[in-house]
Amino acid sequence: MGYFSNIYKGIKSLLTGMGVTGKYFLNSRKGAITQQYPDNLDTLKMFDRFRGEVIMPHDENNEHACTGCQKCEIACPNGTIEIIWDRGIDEATGKKKKKIDQFVYHLSMCTMCGLCIDACPTQAIVWGQNFENSVYDRTQLTRVLNKPGSKVRAGVED
Amino acid sequence: MDTFKLTWNITETIQDWLVSIMSENAANITAMVLVAIIYLTLFAVAGLYLVLLERRVAAWFQLRLGPNRVGFQGLLQTMADALKLVSKELTGTVKADKFLYNLAPYFVIVTSLMALAVFPFTKGFQAFDINIGVFFLIAISSIGVIGILLGGWSSNNKFALIGAMRSGVQTISYELSIGLSLLTMVLMTGTLQLSEIVEVQKSGWLIVQGHIPAIIAFMVYMIAGTAETNRAPFDMVEAESELGAGFHTEYSGMKFAYFFLAEFINMFIIACIATTVFFGAWLSPFGITESIPWLGVFWFLLKAFVLVFLMMWFRWTFPRLRIDQLLTLEWKYLLPINLVNIMIMAFLVWQNLIIKF
Ligand code: SF4
Ligand code: SF4
Repeated sequence: MGYFSNIYKGIKSLLTGMGVTGKYFLNSRKGAITQQYPDNLDTLKMFDRFRGEVIMPHDENNEHACTGCQKCEIACPNGTIEIIWDRGIDEATGKKKKKIDQFVYHLSMCTMCGLCIDACPTQAIVWGQNFENSVYDRTQLTRVLNKPGSKVRAGVED
Repeated sequence: MDTFKLTWNITETIQDWLVSIMSENAANITAMVLVAIIYLTLFAVAGLYLVLLERRVAAWFQLRLGPNRVGFQGLLQTMADALKLVSKELTGTVKADKFLYNLAPYFVIVTSLMALAVFPFTKGFQAFDINIGVFFLIAISSIGVIGILLGGWSSNNKFALIGAMRSGVQTISYELSIGLSLLTMVLMTGTLQLSEIVEVQKSGWLIVQGHIPAIIAFMVYMIAGTAETNRAPFDMVEAESELGAGFHTEYSGMKFAYFFLAEFINMFIIACIATTVFFGAWLSPFGITESIPWLGVFWFLLKAFVLVFLMMWFRWTFPRLRIDQLLTLEWKYLLPINLVNIMIMAFLVWQNLIIKF
């Protein structure tokens, strides 16, 4: 009896599959997911989950949330992140404290795996939406993510 | 010139006109050349636009847009592709069997072209109304595989060879199903001549006349036809993820394009056979345009394209089968079903249980 039930199951799965693609076929012109890049540069919208590059957001006081703990540097499987750090005097307590000098990010080596972002305890780094990363000189792909003169936001370390 | 009489019904008026301005022999040759040119044009245009259709349809099935840049809605896209292919260098391997290697694409393309000649596109628009039409089609369609085998073997490349071997296994197996399902319908019509098969369908398309066994035969035919043209989900011959490009790995430029075009023309041919044998060829539904015979071309192409669309639908829905699944499907399922089906059909014809209007 397995023979006939196989035929039945075969035909049924065939029709189910064709139903799914058939629905897509009818809807595609309304909801095609293709973006007409670069025609739509003005209206181009990337998706929230898109992984373009790692960025470090700074607020209006030129402050970021990176404490220089180096968890991201350790988490990165291919050495994309280099944290150059130093010790400075904390104004509030007057004690010596670790702070980043330069957060170096080698975009050319990044696989967009996201391990650094998962590892960061203070959400100091997030995904950027930029994807136009082609340049003529690859040294331009080595970036310093913390802006000049920026410092760690007060309170993130507590 | 009686032997050539068969060719004439396609362009009887042109023929008469030609005879009026030149000698009969010259007129015959001119008419033949004209017919050849018409069919070659048809062949090239159909091939190119089937490729475009495939790409658009595939895109829609996957919620994409497909080519829409070159010309209105991408209509010139395949022209541009063809130009590109013509301008490419024809490379080959040093140790290939040059003669067979160069011969293979022509084998494939000429067989497709020969098959096109026998279809009754409308009353009188048929290049070659041979009295063994269905037999001729089955015979011709199995020659294409020789081209693939030659191409694969002479390339001196293991991927090409494996692809060609698979093609042999596949085509030879599925040829049986095609033959038997067409034979089922021939039982009803009692003739192999395509124009007469159309004549029989004036009292109802064969798929209606033969009801249950005809529908089974049609399903078997479509599955086997898809496999015969080496299209997905039966595209083990090319299987680009396993075999590079299968039997045409070593071909480039126009020689590759011949294989590629032939695949699309073959798909069209499979659809044309089904149209002729199951859906009344150029006959309009319920004879609504019976008084205007040239509209038959429209009906024929409409039916053929619906079937082509069905095959594209298959392609973009199902994943590729494994070679053992392919053979199981043919030898354990399609063939026995076909054999039983042919007996049911024989019984129906004997008891005169077919539906006629
Ligand atoms: S996304 Fe992955 S590869 Fe890129 S910097 Fe973070 S951990 Fe390294
Ligand atoms: S980015 Fe986050 S994980 Fe990396 S050093 Fe700064 S605080 Fe630590």
